[in-house]
Order: sequence, then C-alpha cells, then structure tokens
Amino acid sequence: MSDENRDEVPGPNDAGRDPGRAPHTTAAPGSLPPEAIRAVPVRHYGRWAGAVVVLALLGLLVLAFAGADIEWSVVGTYLDHETIIRGALNTLWITLLAMLLGVGLGTLLAIMRLSGNPVLSAVAYGYIWFFRGTPVLVQLFLWFNLALIFPVLDLGFWSEDMNKVMTPFMAALLGLGLNEAAYMAEISRAGIQSVDRGQTEAAQALGMSGNRTMRRIVLPQAMRVIIPPTGNEFINMLKTSSLAYAIQYNELFLAGRTISSRTLAVMEMLVVVSVWYLLLTTIFSVGQYYLERHFARGTDHTPPPTPLQRLRRQLTSFRVRPDLPTPAGGGTGDAGTDNDGGDATARRDGGKG
Amino acid sequence: MTAPSNGTTGSDVMVRSEQVHKSFGLVPVLNGIDLTVRHGEVFCLVGPSGSGKSTFLRCINHLEKINAGRLYVDGQLVGYRQKGDKLYEMKEREVAFQRRDIGMVFQRFNLFPHMTALENVMEAPIQVKGERKADARARAEEMLTRVGLADRMRNYPAQLSGGQQQRVAIARALAMEPKLMLFDEPTSALDPELVGEVLDVMRGLAEEGMTMIVVTHEMGFAREVGDSLVFMDGGVVVESGHPREVLTNPRHERTQAFLSKVL
Repeated sequence: MSDENRDEVPGPNDAGRDPGRAPHTTAAPGSLPPEAIRAVPVRHYGRWAGAVVVLALLGLLVLAFAGADIEWSVVGTYLDHETIIRGALNTLWITLLAMLLGVGLGTLLAIMRLSGNPVLSAVAYGYIWFFRGTPVLVQLFLWFNLALIFPVLDLGFWSEDMNKVMTPFMAALLGLGLNEAAYMAEISRAGIQSVDRGQTEAAQALGMSGNRTMRRIVLPQAMRVIIPPTGNEFINMLKTSSLAYAIQYNELFLAGRTISSRTLAVMEMLVVVSVWYLLLTTIFSVGQYYLERHFARGTDHTPPPTPLQRLRRQLTSFRVRPDLPTPAGGGTGDAGTDNDGGDATARRDGGKG
Repeated sequence: MTAPSNGTTGSDVMVRSEQVHKSFGLVPVLNGIDLTVRHGEVFCLVGPSGSGKSTFLRCINHLEKINAGRLYVDGQLVGYRQKGDKLYEMKEREVAFQRRDIGMVFQRFNLFPHMTALENVMEAPIQVKGERKADARARAEEMLTRVGLADRMRNYPAQLSGGQQQRVAIARALAMEPKLMLFDEPTSALDPELVGEVLDVMRGLAEEGMTMIVVTHEMGFAREVGDSLVFMDGGVVVESGHPREVLTNPRHERTQAFLSKVL
C-alpha cells in the first residue's frame, strides 16, 4: 500500500513542479524583483489515511447505535419531561450554591494560609488536608447522617431537630461546598502568590492598608490566574453534584433514575441525562470564555474579537456589500472603466466566499 | 546605638537618619547611615549595586524595617512611636498613614496592570483619602497632563512605553500630594532613548521645590539637578557634598574608582 503510494508521489510532483519552474527560469536573467515562490505544497497522505480510518470507525459506531435496542422516541419524549427539567434546575441550583460557598470559603482559607498568623495558617492547612483527603461521597454521607451523633442542633439562641435541618439539600450543599472550598483554597493561593510583590509594595507606598491592597490590587490580578481553573471546577461540580443522588437530593441524575425505575428505560434515561449535562457544561464553558476575557483586561493590547463579534462583523460587512459598487466605482474611477468591471467582480466573489 | 534625639532639630529638615543599621538575616546591608535631607532639596544617592542605597530608600517609608538607629521624616519617627525611653511599633494603619505623605517611584514602575493610567492615578486618593470620584478624576487628569500624558489616560500600562509608564507612576505618587518623593533608580529599566522624558519630569518637579531623594546612576542628572549627593558603599556613606564637587573632585579612593567606571 505504502509502496504504491511512494511510486505515485513523483508523478503529481513532477507535473506540479514544471509550471512552477518555468517562470522562475525566465525571471532569473532580468534584474526585476524576485517572483513570489510558487512551490508545490507538501502532500499530507498520512492525514488523509488517518481521516478515512477515523471516519470509517465513526460510521460503524453510528451504524451500531442505529441497530441498538434503544428507543430513541423515548429519549425524545423525556428530554423535556417535567421531572427531568426540575432535576436539571436543581443540579444547576446546587452547583451554583456549592461553588459560591466553595469560592468564598476557599478565598478565606487561602488568605488564612498566607497570613502571618501561625494558628490561622495551620487551621487552614488542616482543613484542606481533611477535605481534600476524603472522598466527596463519604463527606456527603457524613453530613447526611449527622443526626446520628448530634440529634439536636443547638446554637444557644436557637435549636432544632437535626433531621429537619440536615435535609438532602443541606447535606448536598455542605458536602459539595465544603469539599470544593479545599480545592478553591489551593487555586486562590496560587493566584494570590502569582501577583508580583511590587504590586503590594506600590499600594503600600501609596498608603493603602493591607486589606484594601488585597481587595483592590492583589485579588483582581489574581483573578486572571484563578478564573480558568475555577471554571473547570465549576464544570466538574455540575457533574460531581450527581453524587448527591445517593443522599436523595433530587438532582438531574436522580430524576433520570426515578423515571427509569418506573419505565425501565434505563439506557434511554441515561442518554437524556447525558444530553442535559452536556448542555449545561457547554453553556458554562461559553460563560467561562467571557469571564476570562474580562479579567484579562490590561494584559493584552486589544483582545481578539469574540466569536459573536466576529460573526456580527461578518454579517454587517455582508449587509454593506450591496452598496459597495458606488464607492468602488468612485475609488477606481481614474483607473478606467475596464478596471472598474474587474473590481466589481472581485468584490462579488469575495462576498460569496 | 545613639541616644534618642527628638529629631525635630531645625524645621527645614525633611529626613534625618541617625546611625541607621539594617541587615537581612545575618547579612548586614546598612552599617550606620547618618544624613540629613532638607526641605526642597534634591538629594542624590549613588553607589555600586549592593551598596545599600535602595534599601535605605525603602527604609524611609518603612517598606523595610531598620534594626538600629533612628529615622525621622518631617520630625516624626518612621514606623515607631516613642514614649519615654520605650519604642512602640506602629500599627499597620498608622504606618499607612505616614506613607500617605511620602511618594515613591520604583525601578520597575509597579503600575497596577488591571487599571488604566487614569485609574492608576485616581486609586489612592479615592481609596486612601476618601476623595470624591469626580475630584480625584479631575486631579488625576491634571497630574497626567503635567507629566505629558494627557492623550494616554485611557490606556492600560501594557499599552504604554516604559517611559510613559514611569511618568504615570510619578503622576500616581504626586496625586497624593506628598511632601517627599522617593525615586528608586527610576530610569534603570528604561531604554536609553526613553530616559530623557522621565528625567525631564523629575527636573520639573525639582524646580517646583519638591523634596526628592533619588537613587540613580544618571550622573548627569545628579550634577545638573541635585543639591546634595551621597556616595554609598558597603552600607556606609563614603563621601557626601555638592554633586558637582563630589563628581568632579572625588576625595575617596572608592568614589574615584566607582566614578571612573560610571562616567
């Protein structure tokens, strides 16, 4: 196969080289500026072969699924089922709240770890050690079963039956949020430490207090380093929150399980749930992109246009085109009518492309 | 080291340093600095790298703590309160309050990269002095115009040349209306052709009577603008006097050796 290919290579190459060589030899004797290189591009046969193989495998996969014992109509029916949508909303809700808790507490822990107070620093380290060192699932169950060791939550001024306080929602929020805080603490710490010491010194020299320096100068710059991994954490959280199904929190995955236990459409519901998770993570990936752009301000001369801006620019330039012949005619008027015609066709070609 | 003096000797003294010592761990950096900077004076600190001149400058606004001696700015002890024979460390807020009146310009500019030039200059008056935004903006615009950057106010530091960034940094310090300006090698990080624009701004400041302490390698600037010059080496003052005198007629061997390399 490859031998045949190698034999064929000289054929097209020679054919291609001839027209390229001819103008070059004619240009050489003269003292005119050298002609632009018109070489035969390297042929990527390997790429073509790879693409064919992968496409074939993909085709097989589609074929397999087409013949699989899965009822696509069921998938369609339950995609916007009330239970599923409520589950998706709950997933979104617990993700938002847990991340809020994680980011807030994580930033606090990071500042504690970096503080000059050895007790605060050690406590923060201990927290991170525990919550990063045990599985989330275990932590979820720990919170959910807290009533077993503390039957009553007594805050002195207010007390309540622990079973009433530690609802699945509360246990999920604490389990996911406190675990997240440990990771966010490390991310924030790295971000804060990435800010040049000279920034703090400049702020101090202006008479700014430590707190203000942190809030106005250091944290906004740390954000640029903190945001990308935080976005990843967010998307991770969307998926990790599915573990809360184990403590009966009615999120997306549990919603799918509920329906499939009733209808026995196990795979169908898993597909439905997957579609929803993909939708949610995709939306947040887009949000992350814009957030990163916002915090990158001042680091780049002009940020590249967003896909939306690019699209809009393309659309507006497309819309302007019909008016173009007039200015084009005016601009090239001195070059003669023949050129005018040429210009117009060139523009029209560009418009199509 | 020395008996504590009240430091207010002579109302025209801006900075008085008495036997200031400083070490980083076991490495001594300043070994007893004695000097006096008067109001309205342009005071140049020169010397080889590692001679302690930048460290001394940073001690003046308490970015570095001194280990021994006394340092006064405008009659007030820097970073400490004295009651009887006892010294009390100042709280962070008190140190910050002292720093309000002392502007500092860094070798590497240290502009806030996430703020425009205008926001850089407005930041401290709003955050530290609690000025109204409109007032702060008006003065920031005035300061930036003064350093020749009226058309660059909306730019972020990354969009400015080194010389422009340093001029923004000077405007940022001036917006706090300091009584003393510290310059830590303000032109050392600049391309040669950009040095002049920064020195011009500094010269203008000097002419307006600003008290300035300048750590510099620009001997031309020191000679033209400086009122006093101190040559430091090994953490001590080797020679001091009028810049023209010291630079043209150095008495000490070490000064001579240094100047022969620099000039």
